[in-house]
Amino acid sequence: MVAIRPRLAWQRTTVRELIEETPRVRSLVLDAPGWQGHSAGQHLDVRLTAEDGYQAERSYSIASAPVEPHVTITVERLDDGEVSPYLTDELHPGDELELRGPIGGWFTWRPTEGGPLLLVAGGSGIVPLMAMIRQKAALRSPVPVRLLYSSRAYEEIIFREELDRLAAEVGELTVEHTLTRSQPEGWSGYNRRIDRAMLEEFTWAAEERPLTFVCGPTPLVESVATLCVEMGYAPERVKTERFGPTGGAV
Amino acid sequence: MSDPFVSRGFQGRRQRAEAAQRLPPGQYLVEGFPVLSAGPTPRTPLDRWDFTIVGEIDQPRRWTWDEFQQLPHETITKDIHCVTKWSKLDTTWRGVSLDTLLKDVTTSADYVLAFSDGGYTTNLPLEDVTGGKAWIVHEYEGAPLAPEHGGPARLLVPHLYFWKSAKWVRGLRLLAHDEPGFWESLGYNNYGDPWKEQRYAGD
Amino acid sequence: MSDVSDESLRLDGNAAAGLLAEIFPFEMTSAHTSCAGCGQTRPIGALLLYGGEMGAILRCPHCNCAQLRIVRARGRYVIDMRGVTLMQIETTTQA
Repeated sequence: MVAIRPRLAWQRTTVRELIEETPRVRSLVLDAPGWQGHSAGQHLDVRLTAEDGYQAERSYSIASAPVEPHVTITVERLDDGEVSPYLTDELHPGDELELRGPIGGWFTWRPTEGGPLLLVAGGSGIVPLMAMIRQKAALRSPVPVRLLYSSRAYEEIIFREELDRLAAEVGELTVEHTLTRSQPEGWSGYNRRIDRAMLEEFTWAAEERPLTFVCGPTPLVESVATLCVEMGYAPERVKTERFGPTGGAV
Repeated sequence: MSDPFVSRGFQGRRQRAEAAQRLPPGQYLVEGFPVLSAGPTPRTPLDRWDFTIVGEIDQPRRWTWDEFQQLPHETITKDIHCVTKWSKLDTTWRGVSLDTLLKDVTTSADYVLAFSDGGYTTNLPLEDVTGGKAWIVHEYEGAPLAPEHGGPARLLVPHLYFWKSAKWVRGLRLLAHDEPGFWESLGYNNYGDPWKEQRYAGD
Repeated sequence: MSDVSDESLRLDGNAAAGLLAEIFPFEMTSAHTSCAGCGQTRPIGALLLYGGEMGAILRCPHCNCAQLRIVRARGRYVIDMRGVTLMQIETTTQA
């Protein structure tokens, strides 16, 4: 496989469907006739153009598995955002959206790369990791995967129902949630920020040499990545995607 | 596809009309105070901090934090304009005027290079930091300047784009010849007048 | 791994992938650079990204050296790579 890639060009896509994942999060399913395929973990750039020519660009992780027929991005509305409220609240099916991609080859996983996999997500950091999980499920990959997902509250867990279903149906997939601000009645899961004790209870031993992907707000990502290395994980096998300060929950 | 693409219903940022006259071309008002850094936030303890003036000078000058606090201070309220297009009006700072710091300095230099913890630099003509145009400030809106905004102390030169107001400033080097600083070396305008929209080299 | 500190703004080199894709005809976040500051070699995706809208400043997570600095404006890219002694780009990847 050749890593030289064709020039990244802006392409017009059409919004096919909008899915409300949580009150602040929408998935946009897109018709992208020029799309050349992607790897799980990659992102794309969206560009908006106002009538006076003003443009704004942002990057969004691709939520869909590479084998799916349509490219899907999942966007969290940031209150002060310039672009995200347009994507979550203004776009209708049938509207056009300019994008370019796929982008980024380091924070990616193909089932052929093996594992076991540790996936750690904070808030909207789940999006690129969901593409990996969906790809594993679609290809029935036997690679063992453990997902630790931190959210502020039960209602804010993105893809909650799908994760429950996949955890039940897909072999070698374990999903654990931690809810850091509020928990529903009867909640028996974790209820605090991810720390060393939680990781040690949940994740692979260092001798298993897992591949780790951590994605979400920068403080969470840095904390978890450091803990992984402290637990003996090889630093080059811990890959991070920091979303900055407003990367969603926690 | 030759027709220009327009995103239906997308407005982008629009500024309030009453503030528009006080804004240089291309700027918009923000409520918060955005943080932008070229590197990690330095954390210099005050007992190790000093401010120096070196280079083309009769005798280098140096003040420790305590000595700096003893200098005559001013409280100033100014508008600030970032090259990334946000502006804030009526921001209040407290610090020491560069006129005070340069008061007894003998120099033939025409330029300064401000230098900061973490390696950041920015260059200015000497006349743009004298005559009541520049300060070393350590308080913002009545409270000690937060590290992410440049604390313990930063340069404040509000008549130019805000990248010239070097965060974490530790001194000035007086120079006979202009020397581009961190962003100036990467294609940003050497001077940076927001009212002439001098954002990039060649503007 | 970098210091855990109050650096909520910084991103990974991966976030500069789009900008790098405008300049280099290769997938650059898996390209390796050797640091002029400390000599360590790692993928560009593992560098720390600062600069926000002003430009891309990619720093070594070990010694903080600014390896790549890229500003795009007025129809030109300005690229300072004094922080890189060596760059290695794979033209093939494993299937």
